[in-house]
Amino acid sequence: MEKIIKLWIKYDNVFLSGLLGTLWISAVTVVLGTMLGMLIALMRMGKSKVLNILADAYIEILRGTPILLQLYFFWIGLPKIMPFELSDTACIVTALVVNSSAYISEIIRAGINAVDKGQWEAAKSLGLSNKNMMARVIMPQAVKNILPALCNEFISTVKGTSLASVFFVGELMTSFKTVQSATFLALQSLTIVGIIYFILNFVLSKLLKLLERRLMLSD
Amino acid sequence: MTNEILRVEGLKKNFGKLEVLKGISTSISKGEVVSVIGPSGGGKSTFLRCLNLLEEPTEGRIFFKGEEITGKKIDVCKYRQQMGMVFQNFNVFPNMTVLENITLAPVLEKKIPKEQARDEAMALLARVGLTDKADEYPRKLSGGQKQRLSIVRALAMQPEVMLFDEPTSALDPEMVKEVLNVISDLTKSGMTTVIVTHEMGFARNISDRVLFISDGVIKEEGSPESIFTCPRDPSTIRFLSMVL
Ligand SMILES: Nc1ncnc2c1ncn2[C@@H]1O[C@H](COP(=O)(O)OP(=O)(O)OP(=O)(O)O)[C@@H](O)[C@H]1O
Ligand SMILES: [Mg+2]
Repeated sequence: MEKIIKLWIKYDNVFLSGLLGTLWISAVTVVLGTMLGMLIALMRMGKSKVLNILADAYIEILRGTPILLQLYFFWIGLPKIMPFELSDTACIVTALVVNSSAYISEIIRAGINAVDKGQWEAAKSLGLSNKNMMARVIMPQAVKNILPALCNEFISTVKGTSLASVFFVGELMTSFKTVQSATFLALQSLTIVGIIYFILNFVLSKLLKLLERRLMLSD
Repeated sequence: MTNEILRVEGLKKNFGKLEVLKGISTSISKGEVVSVIGPSGGGKSTFLRCLNLLEEPTEGRIFFKGEEITGKKIDVCKYRQQMGMVFQNFNVFPNMTVLENITLAPVLEKKIPKEQARDEAMALLARVGLTDKADEYPRKLSGGQKQRLSIVRALAMQPEVMLFDEPTSALDPEMVKEVLNVISDLTKSGMTTVIVTHEMGFARNISDRVLFISDGVIKEEGSPESIFTCPRDPSTIRFLSMVL
């Protein structure tokens, strides 16, 4: 215990910068993943059969292969096809974004489909255009289904980013590796990182509960 | 017939292998009130939903004011704006106030100025006794109030035809009357109306014509008097003896 506290005092900035790394990588992943996910969901739900199949394949492949494999794939593959220099971090974040977009697109689709069929029919029967129906009637109701699931996705992304340490992208697990190789105190630094993860996710899920209650109230 | 507003010719609808409508033909004149009755699963809702293209007919043609609407090139939204529809489950928009429910479509689709749409909506609300609910959200309304809202929401588009699919079936008994009164007033004001209902007394009172639909066909049609007092088709007789 004493060793852990000493370790924290000595290396707190390493751990905290790791935490910061985890947070920004997760935030970027979820924000960009949501945008990309929306596009995929649109393709998946649209009228074009070709786009339906493409989106379906995209989702199935990303959900059907290990994320670590996808990280390696982008880490090796992306610099080869890009005309400009790419940092490891950029490759890894891209991979995380692509991966989470598959999950998020399914969250969005499920959220939209969960809106009562009668709402679609009422909107159509009034002669609303597709665009107005989605923007004014369906999406505002779907958001209530989507937001909580999206926060959950954020939490699992926070955990998922730990895999990025394989590539020494500066997030929490990377700080563990850094401290461990400097001090050889593997168990102690791992404990610290574990506590940080736990507190982070604990706070996040409490916030999520709060959000869910707010959404329930407004219904 | 010059005052014909809707004509249906050989309308068929299949859901996969299931033949739900097996060839329905009829014609509805401007201002006419048509009730549709029949046993559950007979295709009444499907017939009504084909009329405003919520279901795409498998075969057959529908004409609105002489223009075929089952053709490929018609603007479905424009067409639906001329057909109001009221559903069994109200389907009011929970994310908007009562007033917003009503003004949404006129402002967005008919480009009516907000102020004007608001005034018209308030006039409609007054007509159905919901003036004091204008700024409430639908969750605060009773079933009967929701249904009255859904009726004026449809009326705000100034449709030429109103379709009702069992508008009182989901209501508590004490609320049925307030909704039927609104519909009755509407038909008296000359609105062309097609209503699917299980309220036989009501159908008999308000209708100019009654369609008995069973097994996907119109088994019998005629004036309320002839259908209710001397039905001829065996299936009509059986149905009426069960519900009356
Ligand atoms: N979207 C659909 N997909 C498959 N089958 C359907 C669909 N809609 C209706 N049906 C079937 O079509 C038949 C007729 O249904 P419809 O709703 O038109 O009957 P109805 O006369 O309105 O009955 P009710 O009085 O119970 O409302 C039923 O057997 C129903 O299960
Ligand atoms: Mg029905």
